[in-house]
Amino acid sequence: MASLDDLKKRITSVKSTQKITKAMKMVAAAKLKRAQESAEKGRPYSEKMNNVILNLSNGISDKETAPKLLSGTGKDKIHLCVVMTSDRGLCGGFNSNIIKKAKNYFGEILKEGKELKIITVGSKGNDQLKRQYGNKIIENVSFKNSKNANYFDAEKVGRIIIEKFEKEEFDICTIFYNQFKNVITQIPQAQKIIPLNTESADKNELEDSYEFEPDEDEILNNLLPKNISTQIFKAMLENSASEQGARMSAMDNATRNAGEMVDKLTIQYNRSRQAAITKELIEIISGAESL
Amino acid sequence: MSEEFKVEIVNPEASFLSKEDVTEVIVPAFEGEMGILKDHISIISFLKPGILIIYTKSGEHKFYVEDGIFEFKNNNLSVLTSSIFDLKKIEKSMLMNLIKLAEEEASKEDIDDQSRFLIDQKIEVLKSLN
Repeated sequence: MASLDDLKKRITSVKSTQKITKAMKMVAAAKLKRAQESAEKGRPYSEKMNNVILNLSNGISDKETAPKLLSGTGKDKIHLCVVMTSDRGLCGGFNSNIIKKAKNYFGEILKEGKELKIITVGSKGNDQLKRQYGNKIIENVSFKNSKNANYFDAEKVGRIIIEKFEKEEFDICTIFYNQFKNVITQIPQAQKIIPLNTESADKNELEDSYEFEPDEDEILNNLLPKNISTQIFKAMLENSASEQGARMSAMDNATRNAGEMVDKLTIQYNRSRQAAITKELIEIISGAESL
Repeated sequence: MSEEFKVEIVNPEASFLSKEDVTEVIVPAFEGEMGILKDHISIISFLKPGILIIYTKSGEHKFYVEDGIFEFKNNNLSVLTSSIFDLKKIEKSMLMNLIKLAEEEASKEDIDDQSRFLIDQKIEVLKSLN
Protein backbone atom coordinates (compact mmCIF):
# COMPACT_ATOMS: atom_id res chain seq x y z
CA MET A 1 0.00 0.00 0.00
CA ALA A 2 1.17 3.47 -0.92
CA SER A 3 2.49 5.51 1.93
CA LEU A 4 0.69 8.59 3.23
CA ASP A 5 3.18 10.89 1.58
CA ASP A 6 2.75 9.24 -1.82
CA LEU A 7 -1.01 9.51 -1.56
CA LYS A 8 -0.79 13.16 -0.66
CA LYS A 9 1.41 13.84 -3.66
CA ARG A 10 -0.98 12.04 -5.98
CA ILE A 11 -3.94 13.99 -4.70
CA THR A 12 -2.21 17.33 -5.31
CA SER A 13 -1.14 16.24 -8.76
CA VAL A 14 -4.63 15.12 -9.75
CA LYS A 15 -6.01 18.34 -8.38
CA SER A 16 -3.72 20.46 -10.48
CA THR A 17 -4.52 18.41 -13.57
CA GLN A 18 -8.14 19.06 -12.83
CA LYS A 19 -7.46 22.77 -12.71
CA ILE A 20 -5.87 22.63 -16.14
CA THR A 21 -8.67 20.65 -17.73
CA LYS A 22 -11.20 22.96 -16.18
CA ALA A 23 -9.45 25.99 -17.60
CA MET A 24 -9.22 24.33 -21.00
CA LYS A 25 -12.90 23.62 -20.90
CA MET A 26 -13.67 27.24 -20.18
CA VAL A 27 -11.44 28.44 -22.99
CA ALA A 28 -12.98 25.94 -25.41
CA ALA A 29 -16.46 27.04 -24.41
CA ALA A 30 -15.63 30.66 -25.14
CA LYS A 31 -13.98 29.79 -28.43
CA LEU A 32 -16.83 27.50 -29.36
CA LYS A 33 -19.28 30.35 -29.15
CA ARG A 34 -17.23 32.41 -31.54
CA ALA A 35 -16.61 29.53 -33.92
CA GLN A 36 -20.25 28.64 -33.95
CA GLU A 37 -21.20 32.20 -34.73
CA SER A 38 -18.83 32.43 -37.64
CA ALA A 39 -19.98 29.05 -38.93
CA GLU A 40 -23.52 30.35 -38.94
CA LYS A 41 -22.52 33.62 -40.53
CA GLY A 42 -20.64 31.83 -43.25
CA ARG A 43 -23.57 29.66 -44.26
CA PRO A 44 -25.49 32.15 -46.46
CA TYR A 45 -22.51 32.60 -48.72
CA SER A 46 -21.97 28.94 -49.45
CA GLU A 47 -25.69 28.31 -49.78
CA LYS A 48 -26.14 31.14 -52.26
CA MET A 49 -23.07 30.01 -54.13
CA ASN A 50 -24.50 26.53 -54.37
CA ASN A 51 -27.84 27.81 -55.62
CA VAL A 52 -26.26 29.87 -58.34
CA ILE A 53 -24.16 26.96 -59.48
CA LEU A 54 -27.15 24.67 -59.55
CA ASN A 55 -29.05 27.20 -61.62
CA LEU A 56 -26.14 27.55 -63.96
CA SER A 57 -25.49 23.87 -64.41
CA ASN A 58 -29.14 23.33 -65.18
CA GLY A 59 -28.93 26.01 -67.82
CA ILE A 60 -26.06 24.33 -69.59
CA SER A 61 -27.40 22.75 -72.70
CA ASP A 62 -24.42 20.81 -73.87
CA LYS A 63 -22.92 18.59 -71.19
CA GLU A 64 -19.93 17.83 -73.39
CA THR A 65 -18.54 21.32 -73.25
CA ALA A 66 -19.27 21.80 -69.56
CA PRO A 67 -16.25 22.82 -67.49
CA LYS A 68 -14.28 19.88 -66.20
CA LEU A 69 -14.51 21.06 -62.63
CA LEU A 70 -18.23 20.46 -62.88
CA SER A 71 -18.49 17.32 -64.94
CA GLY A 72 -15.22 15.69 -63.98
CA THR A 73 -12.57 14.28 -66.27
CA GLY A 74 -14.73 11.33 -67.18
CA LYS A 75 -12.39 8.94 -65.41
CA ASP A 76 -12.12 7.85 -61.83
CA LYS A 77 -8.62 6.51 -61.71
CA ILE A 78 -6.88 8.80 -59.27
CA HIS A 79 -8.60 9.93 -56.09
CA LEU A 80 -7.48 12.94 -54.16
CA CYS A 81 -8.57 13.07 -50.55
CA VAL A 82 -8.31 16.23 -48.49
CA VAL A 83 -8.37 15.28 -44.85
CA MET A 84 -9.10 18.24 -42.62
CA THR A 85 -8.16 17.94 -38.97
CA SER A 86 -7.11 20.23 -36.16
CA ASP A 87 -3.65 21.48 -35.29
CA ARG A 88 -4.02 20.80 -31.61
CA GLY A 89 -4.81 17.69 -29.68
CA LEU A 90 -6.76 17.08 -26.47
CA CYS A 91 -10.09 17.24 -28.20
CA GLY A 92 -11.48 13.78 -27.61
CA GLY A 93 -12.34 11.68 -30.63
CA PHE A 94 -12.43 14.65 -32.96
CA ASN A 95 -9.39 13.83 -35.06
CA SER A 96 -9.66 10.06 -34.77
CA ASN A 97 -13.22 10.13 -36.07
CA ILE A 98 -12.24 11.91 -39.25
CA ILE A 99 -9.21 9.69 -39.68
CA LYS A 100 -11.29 6.58 -39.19
CA LYS A 101 -13.78 7.70 -41.80
CA ALA A 102 -10.99 8.61 -44.17
CA LYS A 103 -9.14 5.33 -43.65
CA ASN A 104 -12.26 3.33 -44.46
CA TYR A 105 -12.57 5.27 -47.67
CA PHE A 106 -8.87 4.84 -48.48
CA GLY A 107 -9.23 1.10 -47.98
CA GLU A 108 -12.08 0.91 -50.45
CA ILE A 109 -10.26 2.91 -53.06
CA LEU A 110 -7.11 0.86 -52.78
CA LYS A 111 -9.10 -2.36 -52.91
CA GLU A 112 -10.59 -1.28 -56.20
CA GLY A 113 -7.07 -0.80 -57.50
CA LYS A 114 -7.30 2.94 -57.87
CA GLU A 115 -4.60 5.39 -57.12
CA LEU A 116 -4.78 7.43 -53.95
CA LYS A 117 -3.35 10.83 -53.16
CA ILE A 118 -3.78 12.62 -49.87
CA ILE A 119 -3.58 16.23 -48.81
CA THR A 120 -3.72 16.76 -45.07
CA VAL A 121 -4.91 20.04 -43.63
CA GLY A 122 -3.94 20.38 -39.98
CA SER A 123 -0.97 18.70 -38.38
CA LYS A 124 -2.84 16.13 -36.28
CA GLY A 125 -4.19 14.37 -39.34
CA ASN A 126 -0.76 14.27 -40.84
CA ASP A 127 0.66 12.72 -37.66
CA GLN A 128 -1.93 9.97 -37.65
CA LEU A 129 -1.84 9.18 -41.34
CA LYS A 130 1.84 9.33 -42.13
CA ARG A 131 2.63 5.97 -40.58
CA GLN A 132 0.24 4.01 -42.74
CA TYR A 133 -0.14 6.21 -45.78
CA GLY A 134 3.05 8.26 -45.64
CA ASN A 135 3.96 7.68 -49.26
CA LYS A 136 0.50 8.74 -50.39
CA ILE A 137 0.55 12.16 -48.74
CA ILE A 138 1.48 14.67 -51.39
CA GLU A 139 0.95 17.84 -49.43
CA ASN A 140 0.54 18.91 -45.85
CA VAL A 141 -0.97 22.26 -45.05
CA SER A 142 -1.27 23.62 -41.57
CA PHE A 143 -2.51 26.93 -40.29
CA LYS A 144 -1.05 26.92 -36.84
CA ASN A 145 -0.48 30.63 -36.94
CA SER A 146 -3.98 31.72 -37.85
CA LYS A 147 -6.17 32.21 -34.86
CA ASN A 148 -9.50 31.63 -36.54
CA ALA A 149 -10.49 29.95 -39.74
CA ASN A 150 -10.35 32.60 -42.44
CA TYR A 151 -11.16 32.70 -46.09
CA PHE A 152 -7.62 33.55 -47.07
CA ASP A 153 -6.37 30.20 -45.78
CA ALA A 154 -9.20 28.36 -47.48
CA GLU A 155 -8.29 30.01 -50.74
CA LYS A 156 -4.74 28.73 -50.40
CA VAL A 157 -5.95 25.16 -50.10
CA GLY A 158 -8.40 25.73 -52.95
CA ARG A 159 -5.64 27.00 -55.18
CA ILE A 160 -3.49 23.95 -54.49
CA ILE A 161 -6.37 21.67 -55.43
CA ILE A 162 -7.21 23.54 -58.62
CA GLU A 163 -3.59 23.68 -59.69
CA LYS A 164 -3.31 19.93 -59.31
CA PHE A 165 -6.57 19.41 -61.14
CA GLU A 166 -5.41 21.49 -64.06
CA LYS A 167 -2.25 19.44 -64.27
CA GLU A 168 -4.52 16.39 -64.35
CA GLU A 169 -2.96 14.91 -61.27
CA PHE A 170 -6.28 13.52 -60.08
CA ASP A 171 -9.82 12.82 -61.28
CA ILE A 172 -11.96 12.92 -58.19
CA CYS A 173 -11.55 15.02 -55.09
CA THR A 174 -13.19 14.36 -51.74
CA ILE A 175 -12.88 16.38 -48.57
CA PHE A 176 -13.15 14.94 -45.08
CA TYR A 177 -14.25 17.08 -42.18
CA ASN A 178 -16.43 17.04 -39.11
CA GLN A 179 -19.81 18.58 -39.38
CA PHE A 180 -20.90 20.43 -36.28
CA LYS A 181 -24.26 19.22 -35.09
CA ASN A 182 -24.12 20.21 -31.46
CA VAL A 183 -21.60 20.37 -28.67
CA ILE A 184 -21.51 16.64 -28.06
CA THR A 185 -22.14 15.36 -31.57
CA GLN A 186 -19.91 15.93 -34.54
CA ILE A 187 -20.52 13.94 -37.67
CA PRO A 188 -17.54 13.04 -39.84
CA GLN A 189 -18.36 13.90 -43.43
CA ALA A 190 -16.98 12.90 -46.78
CA GLN A 191 -17.93 15.39 -49.46
CA LYS A 192 -17.10 15.11 -53.10
CA ILE A 193 -16.15 18.51 -54.50
CA ILE A 194 -14.79 17.52 -57.90
CA PRO A 195 -16.82 16.66 -59.91
CA LEU A 196 -19.58 18.59 -58.28
CA ASN A 197 -22.67 16.70 -57.28
CA THR A 198 -25.56 18.55 -58.89
CA GLU A 199 -28.08 15.77 -58.92
CA SER A 200 -29.54 16.58 -55.55
CA ALA A 201 -31.03 19.73 -57.02
CA ASP A 202 -34.64 20.31 -56.31
CA LYS A 203 -36.06 20.66 -59.79
CA ASN A 204 -39.10 22.68 -58.76
CA GLU A 205 -37.09 25.60 -57.57
CA LEU A 206 -35.04 25.83 -60.67
CA GLU A 207 -37.69 26.68 -63.17
CA ASP A 208 -36.77 30.31 -63.37
CA SER A 209 -34.94 31.16 -66.49
CA TYR A 210 -31.98 33.43 -66.17
CA GLU A 211 -30.18 35.77 -68.38
CA PHE A 212 -26.48 35.09 -68.39
CA GLU A 213 -23.83 37.59 -69.12
CA PRO A 214 -21.41 36.44 -70.51
CA ASP A 215 -22.61 32.92 -71.29
CA GLU A 216 -23.04 30.07 -68.81
CA ASP A 217 -19.74 28.40 -69.57
CA GLU A 218 -17.73 31.47 -68.89
CA ILE A 219 -19.49 32.27 -65.66
CA LEU A 220 -19.06 28.70 -64.53
CA ASN A 221 -15.39 28.77 -65.36
CA ASN A 222 -15.04 31.80 -63.17
CA LEU A 223 -17.28 30.53 -60.44
CA LEU A 224 -16.24 26.92 -59.94
CA PRO A 225 -12.76 27.61 -58.60
CA LYS A 226 -14.34 30.03 -56.14
CA ASN A 227 -16.82 27.41 -55.16
CA ILE A 228 -14.02 25.02 -54.25
CA SER A 229 -12.49 27.57 -51.91
CA THR A 230 -15.92 28.26 -50.50
CA GLN A 231 -16.54 24.59 -49.80
CA ILE A 232 -13.15 24.29 -48.15
CA PHE A 233 -13.87 27.36 -46.10
CA LYS A 234 -17.22 25.96 -45.04
CA ALA A 235 -15.50 22.74 -44.02
CA MET A 236 -12.92 24.74 -42.07
CA LEU A 237 -15.60 26.65 -40.20
CA GLU A 238 -17.54 23.50 -39.38
CA ASN A 239 -14.33 21.86 -38.33
CA SER A 240 -13.28 24.62 -35.99
CA ALA A 241 -16.68 24.70 -34.32
CA SER A 242 -16.59 20.91 -34.01
CA GLU A 243 -13.07 20.96 -32.63
CA GLN A 244 -13.98 23.36 -29.86
CA GLY A 245 -17.15 21.43 -29.12
CA ALA A 246 -15.28 18.15 -28.93
CA ARG A 247 -12.59 19.69 -26.75
CA MET A 248 -15.16 21.18 -24.45
CA SER A 249 -16.93 17.89 -23.83
CA ALA A 250 -13.65 15.98 -23.58
CA MET A 251 -12.34 18.43 -21.01
CA ASP A 252 -15.62 18.36 -19.14
CA ASN A 253 -15.30 14.59 -18.86
CA ALA A 254 -11.70 14.87 -17.79
CA THR A 255 -12.58 17.37 -15.09
CA ARG A 256 -15.31 15.11 -13.78
CA ASN A 257 -13.05 12.07 -13.81
CA ALA A 258 -10.38 13.99 -11.96
CA GLY A 259 -12.95 14.97 -9.34
CA GLU A 260 -13.94 11.34 -8.83
CA MET A 261 -10.33 10.33 -8.57
CA VAL A 262 -9.62 12.99 -5.96
CA ASP A 263 -12.56 11.72 -3.90
CA LYS A 264 -11.37 8.15 -4.13
CA LEU A 265 -7.82 9.04 -3.24
CA THR A 266 -8.93 11.19 -0.32
CA ILE A 267 -10.91 8.28 1.15
CA GLN A 268 -7.92 6.03 0.70
CA TYR A 269 -5.67 8.64 2.31
CA ASN A 270 -7.98 9.05 5.30
CA ARG A 271 -8.29 5.29 5.76
CA SER A 272 -4.59 4.71 5.76
CA ARG A 273 -4.05 7.63 8.12
CA GLN A 274 -6.65 6.14 10.47
CA ALA A 275 -5.02 2.72 10.10
CA ALA A 276 -1.67 4.19 11.07
CA ILE A 277 -3.18 5.87 14.15
CA THR A 278 -4.94 2.67 15.21
CA LYS A 279 -1.75 0.72 14.75
CA GLU A 280 0.19 3.12 16.94
CA LEU A 281 -2.51 3.01 19.60
CA ILE A 282 -2.50 -0.79 19.64
CA GLU A 283 1.25 -0.75 20.01
CA ILE A 284 1.09 1.66 22.90
CA ILE A 285 -1.75 -0.20 24.66
CA SER A 286 -0.22 -3.63 24.23
CA GLY A 287 3.12 -2.20 25.37
CA ALA A 288 1.44 -0.82 28.53
CA GLU A 289 -0.38 -4.10 29.18
CA SER A 290 2.76 -6.16 29.05
CA LEU A 291 4.29 -4.15 31.87
CA MET B 1 -46.21 51.14 -56.51
CA SER B 2 -42.96 51.35 -54.76
CA GLU B 3 -39.79 51.32 -56.76
CA GLU B 4 -37.71 49.62 -54.16
CA PHE B 5 -36.07 46.24 -54.06
CA LYS B 6 -33.80 44.28 -51.80
CA VAL B 7 -30.03 44.03 -51.89
CA GLU B 8 -27.91 41.60 -50.00
CA ILE B 9 -24.15 41.53 -50.06
CA VAL B 10 -22.50 38.51 -48.51
CA ASN B 11 -18.86 37.64 -48.15
CA PRO B 12 -17.58 34.27 -46.98
CA GLU B 13 -17.18 35.36 -43.39
CA ALA B 14 -20.48 37.11 -42.81
CA SER B 15 -23.37 38.91 -44.33
CA PHE B 16 -21.82 42.21 -45.27
CA LEU B 17 -24.85 44.33 -45.93
CA SER B 18 -28.57 43.96 -46.38
CA LYS B 19 -30.90 46.73 -47.48
CA GLU B 20 -34.60 46.76 -48.26
CA ASP B 21 -35.14 50.25 -49.62
CA VAL B 22 -32.90 50.29 -52.65
CA THR B 23 -33.97 52.13 -55.77
CA GLU B 24 -31.03 51.47 -58.04
CA VAL B 25 -27.74 49.60 -58.01
CA ILE B 26 -24.83 50.10 -60.36
CA VAL B 27 -22.74 46.95 -60.56
CA PRO B 28 -19.37 46.67 -62.29
CA ALA B 29 -20.28 43.57 -64.29
CA PHE B 30 -17.70 41.76 -66.32
CA GLU B 31 -18.92 43.14 -69.61
CA GLY B 32 -19.43 46.67 -68.44
CA GLU B 33 -21.21 48.56 -65.74
CA MET B 34 -24.84 47.75 -65.37
CA GLY B 35 -27.65 49.62 -63.68
CA ILE B 36 -30.28 47.47 -62.03
CA LEU B 37 -33.74 48.77 -61.26
CA LYS B 38 -36.77 47.06 -59.85
CA ASP B 39 -38.26 44.28 -61.99
CA HIS B 40 -35.07 43.66 -63.88
CA ILE B 41 -35.02 40.30 -65.65
CA SER B 42 -33.40 37.46 -63.67
CA ILE B 43 -29.72 37.62 -64.35
CA ILE B 44 -26.45 36.07 -63.26
CA SER B 45 -23.12 37.61 -64.05
CA PHE B 46 -19.77 38.15 -62.45
CA LEU B 47 -17.96 41.22 -61.30
CA LYS B 48 -14.75 42.84 -62.30
CA PRO B 49 -12.85 45.21 -60.04
CA GLY B 50 -14.80 48.41 -59.77
CA ILE B 51 -17.17 50.55 -57.79
CA LEU B 52 -20.53 49.24 -56.76
CA ILE B 53 -23.03 51.99 -56.05
CA ILE B 54 -26.26 51.50 -54.16
CA TYR B 55 -28.88 54.25 -54.32
CA THR B 56 -31.46 54.39 -51.59
CA LYS B 57 -33.97 57.05 -50.66
CA SER B 58 -31.63 58.30 -48.02
CA GLY B 59 -28.61 58.62 -50.26
CA GLU B 60 -25.97 56.59 -52.01
CA HIS B 61 -23.39 54.09 -50.79
CA LYS B 62 -20.24 53.27 -52.67
CA PHE B 63 -18.18 50.12 -52.35
CA TYR B 64 -15.02 48.93 -53.95
CA VAL B 65 -15.26 45.29 -55.07
CA GLU B 66 -12.57 43.10 -56.52
CA ASP B 67 -14.38 40.04 -57.70
CA GLY B 68 -17.48 37.99 -57.16
CA ILE B 69 -20.78 37.21 -58.77
CA PHE B 70 -24.24 38.62 -58.53
CA GLU B 71 -27.66 37.20 -59.05
CA PHE B 72 -30.89 39.11 -59.51
CA LYS B 73 -34.10 37.21 -59.06
CA ASN B 74 -37.60 38.18 -57.91
CA ASN B 75 -36.47 41.68 -57.01
CA ASN B 76 -33.72 40.33 -54.89
CA LEU B 77 -30.16 41.20 -55.70
CA SER B 78 -27.51 39.03 -54.06
CA VAL B 79 -23.89 39.92 -54.45
CA LEU B 80 -21.34 37.28 -53.49
CA THR B 81 -17.86 38.60 -53.13
CA SER B 82 -14.76 37.74 -51.19
CA SER B 83 -13.31 41.24 -51.19
CA ILE B 84 -15.44 44.29 -50.70
CA PHE B 85 -14.64 47.57 -48.97
CA ASP B 86 -16.82 50.46 -47.96
CA LEU B 87 -15.38 53.53 -49.63
CA LYS B 88 -16.15 55.65 -46.59
CA LYS B 89 -14.17 53.40 -44.34
CA ILE B 90 -11.29 52.50 -46.61
CA GLU B 91 -8.06 54.10 -45.53
CA LYS B 92 -5.42 55.68 -47.65
CA SER B 93 -2.68 53.33 -46.49
CA MET B 94 -4.81 50.31 -47.30
CA LEU B 95 -5.52 51.68 -50.73
CA MET B 96 -1.83 52.17 -51.37
CA ASN B 97 -1.22 48.65 -50.24
CA LEU B 98 -3.81 47.27 -52.64
CA ILE B 99 -2.31 49.23 -55.50
CA LYS B 100 1.13 47.92 -54.67
CA LEU B 101 -0.07 44.32 -54.60
CA ALA B 102 -1.92 44.77 -57.88
CA GLU B 103 1.10 46.31 -59.55
CA GLU B 104 3.27 43.46 -58.41
CA GLU B 105 0.81 41.06 -59.93
CA ALA B 106 0.70 43.02 -63.15
CA SER B 107 4.47 42.99 -63.50
CA LYS B 108 4.50 39.21 -63.67
CA GLU B 109 5.18 37.87 -67.13
CA ASP B 110 3.26 34.65 -67.15
CA ILE B 111 -0.35 35.72 -66.77
CA ASP B 112 -2.96 35.24 -69.45
CA ASP B 113 -4.84 37.99 -71.23
CA GLN B 114 -7.93 37.79 -69.13
CA SER B 115 -6.17 38.17 -65.81
CA ARG B 116 -4.02 40.90 -67.35
CA PHE B 117 -7.20 42.73 -68.30
CA LEU B 118 -8.61 42.31 -64.81
CA ILE B 119 -5.48 43.46 -63.09
CA ASP B 120 -5.15 46.54 -65.28
CA GLN B 121 -8.73 47.34 -64.54
CA LYS B 122 -8.07 46.98 -60.85
CA ILE B 123 -5.12 49.33 -60.91
CA GLU B 124 -7.08 51.89 -62.86
CA VAL B 125 -9.99 51.84 -60.43
CA LEU B 126 -7.75 51.96 -57.41
CA LYS B 127 -5.79 54.89 -58.78
CA SER B 128 -8.95 56.78 -59.51
CA LEU B 129 -9.92 56.39 -55.89
CA ASN B 130 -6.66 57.65 -54.63
